[in-house]
Amino acid sequence: MTSRPPITPERADQEAPKLRLDGVHHAYRDLEVLDGVSLELATGELVTIVGPSGCGKSTIFSILTGATAPTSGHVLIDNSPLGPATERFAVMPQSDALLPWRRVLDNVTLGLEVQGVSRREARERVQPLLATFGLEQFARAYPFQLSGGMRQRAALLRTVVQDRSVLLLDEPFGALDALTRTDMQAWLESVWDTFRWSVLLITHDIREAVFLSDRIYVLSPRPARVVAEVAVQLPRPRRIEHLSSPEFVRTEAELRQVLHDARGDAAQR
Amino acid sequence: MSTRGPVPLVGGRRTTSGWGWLPALVIIGLGVAAWQVYATRSGVSAQILPSPARVVHAGWLDRGALWTNTLATLQETLFGFLLAAAVGFVLSMIIDASTILRNALMPLLIGSQTLPLVAIAPLVIIWFGFGLTPKILLVALLSFFPITVALLEGYQATDPDVERLLISMGAGRWRVFRSARLPTSMPFFFAGLRIAITYSVVVAIFAEYAGATAGLGVYIEEETHVFRTDLVFAAVLVTTLVTVGLFAATYALERIMIPWYRISRQTTRR
Ligand SMILES: Nc1ncnc2c1ncn2[C@@H]1O[C@H](COP(=O)(O)OP(=O)(O)O)[C@@H](O)[C@H]1O
Ligand SMILES: [Mg+2]
Repeated sequence: MTSRPPITPERADQEAPKLRLDGVHHAYRDLEVLDGVSLELATGELVTIVGPSGCGKSTIFSILTGATAPTSGHVLIDNSPLGPATERFAVMPQSDALLPWRRVLDNVTLGLEVQGVSRREARERVQPLLATFGLEQFARAYPFQLSGGMRQRAALLRTVVQDRSVLLLDEPFGALDALTRTDMQAWLESVWDTFRWSVLLITHDIREAVFLSDRIYVLSPRPARVVAEVAVQLPRPRRIEHLSSPEFVRTEAELRQVLHDARGDAAQR
Repeated sequence: MSTRGPVPLVGGRRTTSGWGWLPALVIIGLGVAAWQVYATRSGVSAQILPSPARVVHAGWLDRGALWTNTLATLQETLFGFLLAAAVGFVLSMIIDASTILRNALMPLLIGSQTLPLVAIAPLVIIWFGFGLTPKILLVALLSFFPITVALLEGYQATDPDVERLLISMGAGRWRVFRSARLPTSMPFFFAGLRIAITYSVVVAIFAEYAGATAGLGVYIEEETHVFRTDLVFAAVLVTTLVTVGLFAATYALERIMIPWYRISRQTTRR
């Protein structure tokens, strides 16, 4: 386990990450939200952003989708600046945003339809994944007929079938009860192991971050800065048993400490 | 999730046993019974207050004329309604698309609802003659407004997260409208339809009253002149039945067009 200061430009240049934020500032009118956030994501990596509620995590995603323009700083995809010409990311919003008038199957194909794929072809592409996501029997159900966990699976499937090279998941399990959440984390870890998508994940759940991530960025309270970057050395595939391993416990404790200190600093400021 | 729908126009809580309409029937039955007793025992003339039994009997004897005139009124109402719905959709989409057009059109639309029917109905008939057209126009004029307003409220109830999601997928404005705003507004649309339908039959009848060759309005006018109060009451009864029938039809249409809405409400209100 290592704890490093925020990345330096030289290091990022050598590795040519998939995605890189460099000194990103953002303010909503007078409200300063991001105070120079720098982070990067390599291809096939699962990286988590943890930080207190309201610190600006969702704002980072909003910038990545182009919905919000940063006040200053750079966002680079494959080393070119983010713009209308660069590829889009597939987003799973904090609320699952499933459409109540579409059956699960038609919700899942929404992204492909927007891309201009015909409904028939979209369904064919999704079909084989329904089983992997445990949604086979629910394909014809409406979202409001599903449990919270199933809804999140549907929302995640809708995200991954868009076939984008980076997935942005905003607190995917935030609305679930503790037991379901643990199940879903284990499930996500196992499907991620199969597909190895490049994932940027937001959470405020420290254990979730440690359990799922290759690396973790810890943000300070608003205005957010990266106060620590932590690499998780646990082997994959990860299992529930790992939750009590010394490495897990140590990483979790360190993150807790960093978050606590950052909050104290913010209070003094 | 955006299952936020409009407040239901009728009974927020419907009894599941299927006997929910019983209290209404009891009240109506009691009222009719009291009326029957009063009309037959008090010695009041049938030209002033006919008994319910006499109204039904007279109506039945004159069923041919009642039926033809009802069909005429129903036709005006339905065509007027179709026009109102079409105008409602077009106007709401224009207003939703542009703030400038909203500011320009809204005062006009509200103004259109302040026109007194007694003044406007004869004018429209002078302009368009005694045929179907003026009735359709008058029904549409009075029904398009609640439909338009309901649709606009519906568009605005769209879940912002859903819109952001669609935009992140690369959707343009029209796509967002088609996939999110329009479906969100459908339950609101049906609520607006129900508000409009409760007075549209009456508007059609009033328009006929102002000048027509057929319809319940004409029938009522003629029977009033010959003091057949029982037939006037019979026509009123038919008007009520037609309105209630159309009202119920909106629920049937809603079930066919947006089946998810009913299921979602049953699921979430367990
Ligand atoms: N569109 C917006 N306009 C103004 N303020 C916003 C907007 N979006 C978010 N905020 C504010 O910015 C701060 C950070 O929000 P957000 O990025 O959603 O936080 P997080 O996801 O970390 O909980 C919050 O104080 C929030 O109220
Ligand atoms: Mg958030």
